[in-house]
Amino acid sequence: MSTNILLPRPHRILAINQETEHEYTFRVESGAAAKHGQFYQLSLPKIGEAPISVSAMGDGWLEFTIRKVGKLTSEVFRLRPGDRLFMRGPYGKPFPIDDFKHGDLVVIAGGTGVAPVRSTLRYFYEHPEEIKEVYFLAGFRDEGSILFRADLERFKARFHTIYTLDRDRVDGFETGLVTRHLGRIPFSTLTRYHVIIVGPPVMMHHTALKCLEYGVPEEKIWVSFERRMSCAVGKCGHCKINETYVCLEGPVFNYTKAKELWD
Amino acid sequence: MGYSLSYGRMNEILKELQQNYRVYAPRRWAGRGRYSDTDLIRYGEIAAVEEVVHDEKSDFSPKEIIFPITQPLFYFTEDEYRESRVDDQGLLIFARPCDINGIRRLDTMFLKNGDSEDSYYRRLRDKARFVLMECGTGWDTCFCVSMGSNRTSDYSLAVRFLPDHLLVEVRDEAFKRYFSQEREVEFTPEFVTSNPRTVRLPEIDSSGLLRKVYDLEMWKEYNSRCQSCGACTAACITCSCFTTSDLIYNENARVGERRRVWASCLHEDFTAMAGGLGFRATPGERLRFRTLHKVYDYKARFKEEQMCVGCGRCDDRCPEFISFATIINRLSDEVERLKKEASQEVAGQ
Ligand SMILES: Cc1cc2nc3c(=O)[nH]c(=O)nc-3n(C[C@H](O)[C@H](O)[C@H](O)COP(=O)(O)OP(=O)(O)OC[C@H]3O[C@@H](n4cnc5c(N)ncnc54)[C@H](O)[C@@H]3O)c2cc1C
Ligand code: SF4
Ligand code: SF4
Ligand code: FES
Repeated sequence: MSTNILLPRPHRILAINQETEHEYTFRVESGAAAKHGQFYQLSLPKIGEAPISVSAMGDGWLEFTIRKVGKLTSEVFRLRPGDRLFMRGPYGKPFPIDDFKHGDLVVIAGGTGVAPVRSTLRYFYEHPEEIKEVYFLAGFRDEGSILFRADLERFKARFHTIYTLDRDRVDGFETGLVTRHLGRIPFSTLTRYHVIIVGPPVMMHHTALKCLEYGVPEEKIWVSFERRMSCAVGKCGHCKINETYVCLEGPVFNYTKAKELWD
Repeated sequence: MGYSLSYGRMNEILKELQQNYRVYAPRRWAGRGRYSDTDLIRYGEIAAVEEVVHDEKSDFSPKEIIFPITQPLFYFTEDEYRESRVDDQGLLIFARPCDINGIRRLDTMFLKNGDSEDSYYRRLRDKARFVLMECGTGWDTCFCVSMGSNRTSDYSLAVRFLPDHLLVEVRDEAFKRYFSQEREVEFTPEFVTSNPRTVRLPEIDSSGLLRKVYDLEMWKEYNSRCQSCGACTAACITCSCFTTSDLIYNENARVGERRRVWASCLHEDFTAMAGGLGFRATPGERLRFRTLHKVYDYKARFKEEQMCVGCGRCDDRCPEFISFATIINRLSDEVERLKKEASQEVAGQ
């Protein structure tokens, strides 16, 4: 009999960090070799399952940054360090980190979209010799939705950072949507580089179009999609767009492919 | 090898088969049809061959036997996941060629899509054997010939129902022993070679053309007609989507299960996500999604064949009389028109 790919395994929660009122980061014990940009199906028995991106990884642990929106996520918020979270994965295509190495990297992320790119950023923060310049443009709705404050602070030392809030005026943050600050990234001077754009669908759409206007070639742009998923293994059909299954061929897509994923 | 036998003898063989197999066939559920005074023909276990409804098309396909409408995946007691089990009784299924071909599409989805097999599908599929039922002349909504799914050789037994006896072909060696006492005759099943209805498949050969297909006005017409009920996808032998959810049997007892249930891409919440985000908000867009899945996407992905097998059940079940065969033909006409316009544009430049 074939092995049961839907069977989750229990993992111990090592630490919980409250990022905002509605977003917590859970550090979970795991020796798995996840790749940057991949996700897991997290679950609790009798509650349900949901796809959640790996937001950081280290020796013997993975982190997940979860926004409380529904059945599973609300119940996960009641867990404490030492409790067990059930997981299966990792799933999906990661960011092509090796292709990014020794070039410049531009990362543009909005809101919870910062979670799936955080592990990539942390990797290059810890391995500065593997990358030239990193430009990190992050946008949040307001002061109450700022994620990963400690990382944002650290990154300033090694990356060119622009942090912005949609409306609030707060020290250390610009105001306005990320698209408003794109002009500060010196695209015309970059040669060997890649651009990652992750955020809500509208944000990714407009940011990508703007990047193209700045002369960024399509094949240098990488995005990460979110779709409703029920299985994460190419069976349930929920994540399908055209002949593409986001759980299998995504969530990370090159823009040349992403621009032809029509709903 | 073929045999001729009476209904009485066949029932004796059925009894023997039932030691090792659960035998399923389309059966009549009197008065349970779509309209008052009509019967529902759907799959169920049979005790005698006379119960097999062989001269009508079944309203539902046999897919529920290997891909149940509701299927428990895990049982929960306290915090343990216990995998649901199945017994080792085989499954013997009376089925038409279109359905047997349709199950091959399900095989592709559950066993080949992605890196790994779905073990819940695999464990039932491995037990399934087919008894091919001849179709005679077929039915008025069938278009299996257009889809190339009117024939199959993937069966263990084939049967022709005659008024006072049966002809049976035994293709699978494992079933020979049941028929050793029967009178041998020449018999191989016949397949339908033409349907009253034919469809022309759209030939979409570029992503530019596909984009134009997405934007066609014809989809909008279905916004007012399609009720998003999902009756078409429930009846379809090749629709494989499901939603997984957990439930608690009883609030106090800490027991429950994780189960999967058939899902329909026609339902508005099929893509619903947190924050009110969703895709394909209108019935027309969802019908376009289903249409392209059946006659374009699946083939683009897996190459060998289209997903739709032309069983016509979606047409039979739609409360709004939306005909899928008509949609396919309209789409093909539109694709031809778009191609012609594009070539005129090139010529005019
Ligand atoms: C690849 C990927 C990565 C992701 N990464 C993260 C991450 O890192 N962090 C994170 O917080 N989230 C992430 N998500 C999103 C997360 O999976 C969803 O928010 C998920 O729904 C949460 O599960 P839940 O059980 O808590 O919510 P659910 O109970 O499923 O409900 C969430 C919301 O979805 C809507 N909804 C769900 N089902 C229906 C329905 N049948 N009808 C109508 N509306 C419905 C409702 O509006 C509800 O409020 C990711 C998603 C994907 C696909
Ligand atoms: S789409 Fe309609 S005709 Fe085609 S296989 Fe499904 S139910 Fe049958
Ligand atoms: S096409 Fe017909 S059967 Fe299918 S969802 Fe629409 S109304 Fe229901
Ligand atoms: S999530 Fe089930 S097919 Fe992709």
